[in-house]
Amino acid sequence: LPAAVLLKDTKLMDVKLGQLGTWLAMRDFTPGGILGAMRRGYDRYYNKYINVRKGGLGGISMLLAGYIVLSYAWSYSHVKHDRRRKYH
Amino acid sequence: MLSRLVLRAAPAALRALPPPVAVGVLHTTRPLHTTQQSLAPVPPLPEKGGEVRHGLIPEEFFQFMYPKTGVTGPYMLGTGLLLYILSKEIYVINHETAAAACILTVIIYGIKKFGANVAAFADKLNEEKVATALAMKNEAMQALQTAIEEEKKEQWRVEGRSYLFDAKRNNIAMLLEANYRERLMMVYSEVKKRLDYQVAMQNLKRQKEQDYMIQWVEKNVVQSITPQQQKESIAKCIMDLKALSKSAHAAV
Repeated sequence: LPAAVLLKDTKLMDVKLGQLGTWLAMRDFTPGGILGAMRRGYDRYYNKYINVRKGGLGGISMLLAGYIVLSYAWSYSHVKHDRRRKYH
Repeated sequence: MLSRLVLRAAPAALRALPPPVAVGVLHTTRPLHTTQQSLAPVPPLPEKGGEVRHGLIPEEFFQFMYPKTGVTGPYMLGTGLLLYILSKEIYVINHETAAAACILTVIIYGIKKFGANVAAFADKLNEEKVATALAMKNEAMQALQTAIEEEKKEQWRVEGRSYLFDAKRNNIAMLLEANYRERLMMVYSEVKKRLDYQVAMQNLKRQKEQDYMIQWVEKNVVQSITPQQQKESIAKCIMDLKALSKSAHAAV
């Protein structure tokens, strides 16, 4: 077995389900850490889908779809009144 | 000359000095500058972005589910989710649904029809930008290359400076020689002029003395001819003439 990698440094995909709670607790929740995480996420998405020679449609369409879903979620309490049945 | 000697000795003397003490001690444990500069050359952009299926779902999701559920797994998941959302009315079908359906139809039709053209156009724009940048880079490299060659040529030319100096030295030597000869000539002519003057003076004096003496002798001789002598000489002349005429008559 290779030398045990610290739980702190494992990626999310390699964390076992039981360790998820401790892993989440170990993450950096300071404002600087949150900003860093947002910056890293943005950089990953940008460099993978947009900053390429022949960028395709998927780059922005995924962002738009995410925006649609998010706005639907935020306006669900308003949309709820158009339901056909009250009890499901 | 002496300054050149000093300049030659200076570096050796400087090297002999002890090395200067470090200005400050760096309180770092991180090693600095261990690798080459990481900023250049910049790695080229990847050709294509991440694969996205149906424009919405990244390919990695399908790959993630393939070992457990095969090819149709994610589609079954999508169908199940859709039915769940519709039946529980988490997604409500209302007037907005109709509007969304129309808009999406038009958008998808537009993309399918004009997508390739727009992509080609955008690619062309990109190509032009990259081409201009590349042209600038090539030009700069070319200019630097020619500069290098020019420099090498200049260095070669420098080797010929010994000929240049020889020619200059010859020129100067010739100038000096010409000047020297000119002055020599001047000295000669001046001396000759003075000597000629002296000679002319002597000649003049001699001539004047001669003339004067001749005049004086003539004057005295003329004075010394007394009237008596004059008569006698005239009579002698007449007699001679007569004798001559006689002999001349006789000859005829």
